[in-house]
Amino acid sequence: MAFQVELVSPEAITYSGEAEMVIARTVEGGDIAFQPGHVPFIGVLAVWSVEVIRPDGDRDVFAVHRGFVQVAGTKISVLSDVSEKSTEIDVSRAEQAKENAEAQLSENSENVEAADALARAELRLQVANA
Amino acid sequence: MAGGKERELRRRIDSVQNTKKITRAMELIAATRVVKAQQRAREARPYAEQITTVIENLAAGGAEIDHPLLRKAEKVTRVGVIVISSDRGLAGPYNSSVIRAAERQVQNARSEGAEYSLIVIGKKARDYFAFRNYKVESFTEGISDNPTYEDARKIAETVAQLFIDNHIDRVELVYTEFLSIGSQKVATRRFLPLESTETIATEGGGDSKNTDSFEFEPSPEAVLESLLPRYVEARLFGALLESAASEHANRQRAMKSATDNAEELIVKLDREMNRARQDAITTEIMEIIGGAEALGDDEQPEDLVPAGAEN
Repeated sequence: MAFQVELVSPEAITYSGEAEMVIARTVEGGDIAFQPGHVPFIGVLAVWSVEVIRPDGDRDVFAVHRGFVQVAGTKISVLSDVSEKSTEIDVSRAEQAKENAEAQLSENSENVEAADALARAELRLQVANA
Repeated sequence: MAGGKERELRRRIDSVQNTKKITRAMELIAATRVVKAQQRAREARPYAEQITTVIENLAAGGAEIDHPLLRKAEKVTRVGVIVISSDRGLAGPYNSSVIRAAERQVQNARSEGAEYSLIVIGKKARDYFAFRNYKVESFTEGISDNPTYEDARKIAETVAQLFIDNHIDRVELVYTEFLSIGSQKVATRRFLPLESTETIATEGGGDSKNTDSFEFEPSPEAVLESLLPRYVEARLFGALLESAASEHANRQRAMKSATDNAEELIVKLDREMNRARQDAITTEIMEIIGGAEALGDDEQPEDLVPAGAEN
């Protein structure tokens, strides 16, 4: 048994397919894996990856920078205004962003924007190399 | 002089023909853009619907918190008016009707004894309000043609911040609803404060049918807390997309009628020019005949005028 997965961005549905299992990480809640038949669930996603394990065993990994996950019946929706598929991430750009953010942080360790940028860049690299 | 009139008409026909070429090109461009804009508006709908569905499920789960975006002021001292217009004209009544509706909101605010703050998107509305000495609180240009979510997020953030800081107590959103390619309508909607989650749930376009009780992580309140700003952004983004589609549809219609008018005018001028040319020829013939007759009987004028030429 599989269920329907949709990644929805404000501009369009970016991914739609079947899955056996979806692994995500919620704010404060830690990692959580959904399988068909999971109780209805709504969670706020952490800046982390969302893994979709397809019925044929392959995985699609996405870097999700913020958003929500909703599980209802046989459908999982991930709502996020910034999500990127692992194969579409520009690694050199992410590395550049990471260096910039680190440089900014070394000047001012309380720069919240730089800290966020660093977290995003690290997530991108981690997802791209997964 | 007769030839002068003909030349003048020819020049006018040429100029109308050039205008027609431009309006025709604009019509075709608008026609392709309206299709694209319409598709973007359609593609953006699932997100807005799903966000509404989540709110519905939250409301069903009984989450009701004291979020600043839900604050209802006891006395409204300042009303924010967001108006979405375009940067470029030649779009028929598109800008003027949306601007008029926004001006009405400002007057409503004044008659309630409240101040107003204009949040203007698009050059046309800015020009109008600036010219009439309205105070424009915030102005964004270059996005109304093809808005991105990032644009919507920035504006929504600014507005939400003004609202949370108690600078404005109510926000009205004035934009153009895209009903179909042939029909667009100016709409004024309450933007902030948000209705209670129950109202969003009953009035929203979400598709939640199940009444199962949801699990929330970290908590219903925390979910709502981060959800409401997204909901505000998605609403503004939807309005921007619909306005963009409406702008292109209006421009297409305006340019189509301009092209049609140019065509009609060309036909009319063509006739006028032909008549002027015929008049000139007739006059010339008359002059020749008159001149020949004046020369006297011994000259035999019949030779100069072939039979039937006077007709």
